[in-house]
Amino acid sequence: MPLTFPKEEYMQKGHSACAGCGATLSMRYVLKALGPKSVVSVPASCWAVIPGEFPYTSLNIPMLYTTFASSGASISGLREGLDSQGKEDYNVVAFAGDGGTADIGLQGLSAAMERGHNVLYVMYDNEAYMNTGIQRSGSTPYGAWTTTTPVGIKRDYKKSNKKFVADLMIAQNVPYVATATIGFPEDLERKVATAKLIKGPKFIQILSPCPPGWYYNSSDTIKISRLAVEANVFPLYEYRNGKLTVYKPAKTVPLRDYLSLQGRFGHLNDVEIGEIERALEERWQYLLRREKD
Amino acid sequence: MVIVPVAYLPTSSKELSSWRTSRPVIDYSKCTRCAICWKFCPDVAIDLSPDPSLSAPNDRFKALEAPRIDYDHCKGCGICAEECPFDAIAMVEEE
Repeated sequence: MPLTFPKEEYMQKGHSACAGCGATLSMRYVLKALGPKSVVSVPASCWAVIPGEFPYTSLNIPMLYTTFASSGASISGLREGLDSQGKEDYNVVAFAGDGGTADIGLQGLSAAMERGHNVLYVMYDNEAYMNTGIQRSGSTPYGAWTTTTPVGIKRDYKKSNKKFVADLMIAQNVPYVATATIGFPEDLERKVATAKLIKGPKFIQILSPCPPGWYYNSSDTIKISRLAVEANVFPLYEYRNGKLTVYKPAKTVPLRDYLSLQGRFGHLNDVEIGEIERALEERWQYLLRREKD
Repeated sequence: MVIVPVAYLPTSSKELSSWRTSRPVIDYSKCTRCAICWKFCPDVAIDLSPDPSLSAPNDRFKALEAPRIDYDHCKGCGICAEECPFDAIAMVEEE
């Protein structure tokens, strides 16, 4: 059977990610689509730990560690440096988590996109600060348990909605914005390959389930990321040349199917699930309206 | 001139089999070599190589690249067993 995928691996075995990690699959797929002429910049995040302790590395391409807030600035500098050496065929990629993108790195990201460097910014969204122990981030969805929103008897779960950074990037009119997830790897590969061909700033948000942080069985990583799209929790879309294209899932599933697999939503009652469902439906209708204009 | 610390050892030289509590075992008589397990392995611990000596549902599949699990690097997450459309992978508990 012909493979639906490039066979070359740029991520090695033996890395230090947890079993069933979604973020490693994101990196693996992104690098497969980009090829060997790439440079990755990683701020503080799970991916700062996954390559292994010094002097080990699990990537076959150069990778630069940077501070939490400066992944956007570092890719700008890498790009200009490579260009001045005539290495314009190299891809410069930032690979940041949701904390380093939605919260701490937002100004750096926004500024890099505004300056218009020819860079790709990949946000792997595991919906909390997983590396430091599951603290809530701006990208954590409504209703989720985290260690800083412990439910307890006060029902103190996260009370605000998820910040969709891809929507912010559309508002900023970045030439190419896409959302993807590891449950649909061919779609992810296509989006990264499309981004590679576009000259200018690009942004891709990849939903990467996290077994310890979301409290589910490590074998369900792919299943959950697929359900996230089918339950409309994480709509897949592409924004290019000012035109938004929303992917309509071939089959839809009730939100409950997605929530019931994860321990972080285990405390929610029917009323609260209904509220989440309503908010997600509103966002879905908003995206469909955006698509029409 | 190197002015910053540069990592140079590949992690593939490490051995991580002690991370695992159960191991995936492929039943090659059910395996159609679709490579879905290879595609979804977060540890890149499934290699594809043709091996005509392995059994297959029929001879047509024998010539194709068969998945082989690298037990030195598999962490036993069970994604391959969950995603296999032919139920050809079973998770067996480690002793």
